[in-house]
Amino acid sequence: MANIGVIIELDNGRIKEINFGMITLARAKGRELFGFVINADAAAVKDELESYGITQIVAVSLAPDQENNPVVRAKSIIKCIKKFNISTLLGLSTPAGKDLLPRVAAFLEAPLVMDCFSIDLKQNLARTSRHSGKTIATIKIAGDIVLFGVRPKAVEPIEAWVSSQIVQFDGSHIVSEDFRHIKRWVDDKKTEISLAEADVIIAGGRGMKNGDNFSILSKCAEKLNGAVGASRAAVDSGWVPYSMQVGLTGEKVSPRVYIACGISGSIQHFAGMKTSTIIITINTDNNACLMSDCDYFIQADVLEIIPELTKHLEND
Amino acid sequence: MQIYVCVKHVPDSAAIITILQNNRIDENVIFLLNPYDEHAVTEAVKIKISLPGSEVIAVCFGQDDAEKTLRSAMGMGADRGLLVVSDAQHESIEIARVLKAVIAQDGSPGLIFTGKESIDTHGMQTMFRIGALFNFPVATNVVRLKIEREVAIVDSELSGGAVDTYEMCLPCVIGVGRGLNTPRYPTFPDVVKSKKKVLKKINLEDLDIKTPKSNMSMAQLEPLLQERKPKEIRGDKREIAREITRILKEEAKVI
Repeated sequence: MANIGVIIELDNGRIKEINFGMITLARAKGRELFGFVINADAAAVKDELESYGITQIVAVSLAPDQENNPVVRAKSIIKCIKKFNISTLLGLSTPAGKDLLPRVAAFLEAPLVMDCFSIDLKQNLARTSRHSGKTIATIKIAGDIVLFGVRPKAVEPIEAWVSSQIVQFDGSHIVSEDFRHIKRWVDDKKTEISLAEADVIIAGGRGMKNGDNFSILSKCAEKLNGAVGASRAAVDSGWVPYSMQVGLTGEKVSPRVYIACGISGSIQHFAGMKTSTIIITINTDNNACLMSDCDYFIQADVLEIIPELTKHLEND
Repeated sequence: MQIYVCVKHVPDSAAIITILQNNRIDENVIFLLNPYDEHAVTEAVKIKISLPGSEVIAVCFGQDDAEKTLRSAMGMGADRGLLVVSDAQHESIEIARVLKAVIAQDGSPGLIFTGKESIDTHGMQTMFRIGALFNFPVATNVVRLKIEREVAIVDSELSGGAVDTYEMCLPCVIGVGRGLNTPRYPTFPDVVKSKKKVLKKINLEDLDIKTPKSNMSMAQLEPLLQERKPKEIRGDKREIAREITRILKEEAKVI
């Protein structure tokens, strides 16, 4: 069998935590594991990658003005696939990954399953959610090169020390003529921590009563280093931006703890957060769907409970 | 300009899904136009209005019943529809080849729209495959779009509120995100008019699609069974706050 490759996602030169579960999933007996880092100081991340079993670190260098261009990134990964004899490629099913992995798959006309939460690399079987999260599909994929997008936080990272070497790959000549990256900017009302990466999400729905009350959730989330989400009802009411929406047509999340505040829990909302490890529902309405589809429920007003929780966390 | 919108006929997200023979769903449920595709049709119609002489063509690959979804798209303003009929299940590589073939046979696209994903298979890749087959640039999760002469300027949403702005040469493929617009739902006269619009059905066999060398196939489909046993947290707000803190600390280990 040929080699396995993983595309490592970085944030300001640091390896995002969510990579380690993916790397854990990518390890297979007797196959070399290549980690691709783009425009990063490979020596600085070597220890961390070694500790999870990456045997070859490929330091891909792109021209600085091209590094945020997903077409250029995809082309460089394709060159690496060929150069390093990769037959299995994994990446994260994050917003950045959703804009990169399918490009690689499309250029190669190779099969790809996104948002996998488990993968059998021997048989090329991937498990993923379908039908708005109501079913689990096991997809068999076959091809010379196969790709998998791994759902963040789906797999518990397990260390496996190896020693690795750094290989340079010069991709500075790669450009994209018909698809140009102009700028990356941040929406004013952005959430501080991305929903996909947060360990704790506090989400508000109709029970928040207005947009200003979301600051109550932000204050609490800050204490927990978590992110604030919202239901479609809250987004459609104009209280918070769409980027905060959790659900079928928003972000699909799997945090360790999801605190649903004044969210009734439509099927569509549930589809976006049902893979959370622990769900805590706070609602005045005991008949809200999420009150019976959670781990803990509290019949109370969120506007009283959350400030109290924030206070408690401050003093703790 | 000819503007093509690829639409998918999907089970309603509120439908109760029953699985048959461990590999497919019971299709005796309500099917409708994929929600992201509603935004795609709306945007295509908006551009058509701003570029006089343009035409919006809705394209679908599905069973005969998918005519309903094409009629919905036409009710929302698409001028005509193309339906490639097949009863079998197909995966993304083949779907893209079919959509490419039917669009190329029909006309010369200036823009091709898709939704950023479908709510049944969630593959998130067909737009890229169509783009690669045509050799057109592709953007996905597009939340803002502006057409200026020969280029499209798009905002594509990343996580945490970050946005990337790209410039693409036309023709191009746009995977539409939900933030792009508010769908324009058809009025009753729209629905009546849509019934008179031209819908062409094409048999899959007539397109002469080669079977891809690589493929994806359904090995097993099972319902998601998840049993949570809800426990109530009672007490005054201080006791509740203390208990939540304990859960965060001891059970979830996040603090």
